[in-house]
Amino acid sequence: MDAAVMEADTRHKTIMTPAEPLIMQQGTPKIVTEDVTVHYGDKQAIFPLDISIPDRAVSAFIGPSGCGKSTFLRCINRMNDTIPICRVGGRITIDGSDIYDPDLDVVQLRARVGMVFQKPNPFPKSIMENVAYGPRIHGLARSRTDLEEIVVNSLKRAGLFEEVKDRLDAPGTSLSGGQQQRLCIARAIAVNPEVILMDEPCSALDPIATARIEELISELRENYCIVIVTHSMQQAARVSQLTAFFHLGTLVEVGDTEAIFTNPQERRTQDYIMGRFG
Amino acid sequence: MTAHIVSAFDEDLGKLRNLIAQMGGLAEDQFGKAIEALSTSDRVKAEHIIAADDKIDALEKEVEENAIKLIAMRQPMAGDLRAIMVAIRISSDLERIGDLAKNIAKRTLAVNEPLPRSVNAGMNRMADLALEQLADVLDAYASLDTQKASDVWHNDSRIDSLYNSVFRELLTYMMEDARTIGMCTHLLFGAKNIERIGDHTTNIAENIHYLVTGATIDGPRPKEDSTSLTPIESRTKK
Repeated sequence: MDAAVMEADTRHKTIMTPAEPLIMQQGTPKIVTEDVTVHYGDKQAIFPLDISIPDRAVSAFIGPSGCGKSTFLRCINRMNDTIPICRVGGRITIDGSDIYDPDLDVVQLRARVGMVFQKPNPFPKSIMENVAYGPRIHGLARSRTDLEEIVVNSLKRAGLFEEVKDRLDAPGTSLSGGQQQRLCIARAIAVNPEVILMDEPCSALDPIATARIEELISELRENYCIVIVTHSMQQAARVSQLTAFFHLGTLVEVGDTEAIFTNPQERRTQDYIMGRFG
Repeated sequence: MTAHIVSAFDEDLGKLRNLIAQMGGLAEDQFGKAIEALSTSDRVKAEHIIAADDKIDALEKEVEENAIKLIAMRQPMAGDLRAIMVAIRISSDLERIGDLAKNIAKRTLAVNEPLPRSVNAGMNRMADLALEQLADVLDAYASLDTQKASDVWHNDSRIDSLYNSVFRELLTYMMEDARTIGMCTHLLFGAKNIERIGDHTTNIAENIHYLVTGATIDGPRPKEDSTSLTPIESRTKK
């Protein structure tokens, strides 16, 4: 067989670790992708990618800078639509329905699939308004009392309510970094998502704020499908049940987090985890 | 100590401690029964003890797997890192204690006759002390009590002294009557096993001290086993 073709074949083949990861045997996967590719103009950023992401679990995407993990994350709530030169190919389904179906309401999709970003980005509004905004525009509350209840519950579930209950009218931006990030999580939860995407949610936070967010993620995963992109593989080891290693736009290895971090099968995964290449 | 912010970490460490507690309980049980079996020449009891040793071995493996997982997944620091290291070491000591108890049980099958009364008494006294040390050191681990651990570490020399006298007594029997050599050799090994169990409890004590303080116990451990240093007087020498 032609050497270049052989090389291309092995380059694209994702290794499963172990051969039948336990996390993938628990129930129907929430998100399934088939042959997903992403191009920025002529440059291919993601090569044909197949992955099944489990529900009520945390899946972590790890890999060196520029490997495509954030690009792939943004496909799941179609944030890449906002980038003119970006072209997404292949199929992504959530609960079996294709999210790139032309008839699909993208705004609704982005309520079902919430996102939390690296730099906390509260709206320039009060804490109350930050969380109330989403439910209000989606018509999720029938009255003012209803809306307040949604806000309080979301703040409680994000572990922020006790700290802000006496100053809900204070600006969202008056909170500390860690609190702002929890506010953003409360904001995402308020619209009843099924999936929460997190793009390096703790990069801007100190170790204690990070630990609190990680504890929150552990609690949230009982009710949501969580996908987290992180450049800290130690964080991936701490919080996730499934870990996917990306390199140069390819999904190299995916499987049970415990297996990936104690006994990865691919040499590139092993080198990355051991800090032997960047 | 305050809890970890990420509560699952505390749960994982708790699981490790529970495994050690289970191993400790089994080791105590095995050792106690092994001495009873030897004292009363109970072959049936001895067979049960030999078969049950697998359980301790399986627990040691489980401790090791959990410890490695903890190191990979949690990146433990300082006291947490010491706790995991110490759990691995203690499980290894407990596994050896289990093996030594099994060995004592095997001697019961080999000896197959009642023990001379004073040797029986001597070995029982040794075993009582060793059992007490084992119980104390397991308590000390559970409550992170360095004083209790230190006491075990210091008091092990009492077992050594008893071993000296049992050793001399067995030599005397063998020199007086060659027909007892078979039985006495097995009992020598049995007594040595009890003395080794005592030594392992002092290892555990040292590890507890390291876990709590981050330092090793100062100075050499007091030892009074002089059997390997005392020259034997041969009766044929005139």
